[in-house]
Amino acid sequence: THTYPLTHTRRTRYYINPYCITLSLCELRHSASLANKVFIQRDYSEGTTCKFQTKFPSELESRIERTLFEDTVKTLNNYYAEAEKIGGQSYLEGCLACATAYLIFLCMETRYEKVLKKIAKYIQEQNEKIYAPRGLLITDPIERGMRVIEISIYEDRGSSGSSSGSSSVSGSTAR
Amino acid sequence: MKNCEYQQIDPQALPTPTPTPQPHHGNDTEKKKEPRRPRRKWEVFPGKNRFYCDGRIIVARQSGVLPLTLGLILVTSGLFFIFDCPFLVKHLTSCIPVIGGVLFVFVLITLLQTSFTDPGILPRATPDEAADIEKQIDNTGNTSYRPPPRTKEVLINQQVVKLKYCFTCKMFRPPRTSHCSLCDNCVERFDHHCPWVGNCVGKRNYRFFYTFIVSLSFLTAFIFGCVTTHLALRAQGGKGLVFALQESPGRYPLVICFFSVWSILGLSGFHTYLVASNLTTNEDIKGSWSGKSGEDVTNPYSHKNIFINCCSVLCAPMPPSLIDRRGFLPADESAQTGSADIELPTLAAKSEINVVGAAFALQKSPSPVETSLPAVAPTQHLSAACC
Repeated sequence: THTYPLTHTRRTRYYINPYCITLSLCELRHSASLANKVFIQRDYSEGTTCKFQTKFPSELESRIERTLFEDTVKTLNNYYAEAEKIGGQSYLEGCLACATAYLIFLCMETRYEKVLKKIAKYIQEQNEKIYAPRGLLITDPIERGMRVIEISIYEDRGSSGSSSGSSSVSGSTAR
Repeated sequence: MKNCEYQQIDPQALPTPTPTPQPHHGNDTEKKKEPRRPRRKWEVFPGKNRFYCDGRIIVARQSGVLPLTLGLILVTSGLFFIFDCPFLVKHLTSCIPVIGGVLFVFVLITLLQTSFTDPGILPRATPDEAADIEKQIDNTGNTSYRPPPRTKEVLINQQVVKLKYCFTCKMFRPPRTSHCSLCDNCVERFDHHCPWVGNCVGKRNYRFFYTFIVSLSFLTAFIFGCVTTHLALRAQGGKGLVFALQESPGRYPLVICFFSVWSILGLSGFHTYLVASNLTTNEDIKGSWSGKSGEDVTNPYSHKNIFINCCSVLCAPMPPSLIDRRGFLPADESAQTGSADIELPTLAAKSEINVVGAAFALQKSPSPVETSLPAVAPTQHLSAACC
């Protein structure tokens, strides 16, 4: 007898991995094997602000349309630009934070963190709708130190899950 | 359904639940009592850092002279408040201890924030990433091992910048990132490793550091001025300066302040110049943008406007910590899959909090900055305040 019912274990395994909370993605991981990973590097042409290259990698040519990929990366770049934008509001926030000896950072969620949550949701949505059906999985760049967007390419093995111990790769880190 | 992962986990889970009668209670002490518990990422962090309060506080391994800095500030301010303030309140105005108190609190808080905040450490590349980078640059295809070339050139705002390959972290360092050998980490927008605060100064804690040295210069100058006034008033009172000096222990702050005010003012001035031109100490020392090699180089990161430079350095949105100290290691990496699943019923409720909490905890250290100093670190013997 199992100590925990199978469904319970399954559901809580989803909770451990917030990027795999739908059935389709976990089925993907357990019925497919990781074939390759593609890394989208940062684009430093405008300085140190967070921006990723929109160049379409050749490994994805057979998997996904170029426009869909470029849209995803451009939307992510826009999110990061929004998070790092300096303007009137950020000056005020900075001055207010300084006046409180930056203690305000301990109490409030910063603007960057709010945008990071939006990004996480967006990536999850993209994974569910667009990438998982094509056997791909995007890892949130924050998991990789904002250096790369890691896209895992899965090969469908066709048969129902043989042991997939090596499937604990890109998306499986718990934050 | 032969889905091996689920089958494998449950038999391992079977024997271990018996020593933990109520896994649903799952508070921190329960987790720690269990022989295998899910580990947090700070416990396997590869750099030379120490962590306190379960990963909320991060300091460099060598605390440098942070205790000395704290000691000097506390002793000087303490002597000032005890010996000089009563006299000055009586003879001048009672604003003096108020101003001094505000400055003192400011200095302490920003010092602790500088020391205990992640300066912008870049996590090391995962093995897959490192392999991908090596594959990209090893395009001759020969099988003998050849170390990757050390530099890559990028164009930033029409200025050629060389990115170096970090052999420790196995990645090309982003611009303005440098590897600190004392902390064994790559730090973004690396300024310098400050022994006085016992931490690197980088992108995330530069504003704390700048506020610290500016408010410390004000505090030092203020104490210097007040003590001088105090002694002058006493000397006028009749018996001469020498007697006034000998009489009051309030002269010690004078000595300390006299020697330190010049260097602190100088440091503040230097960093104000750096902020206004959007430079780091590292770049200034190396002369990266000064064009000393005769080429036409300009700082590609500068906005060419002092006000915008200041705002982008000091008032930009606070970037997140990239090392996720309080996140949990994935179940298979923490080498105890059984207990990781035992924890699941509790983590099912708490992991949402942990996922969100990890983001918050990166910014929050609940008590240490707000309470006064004499709390004792649970695991290490350094003088670090802890929750």
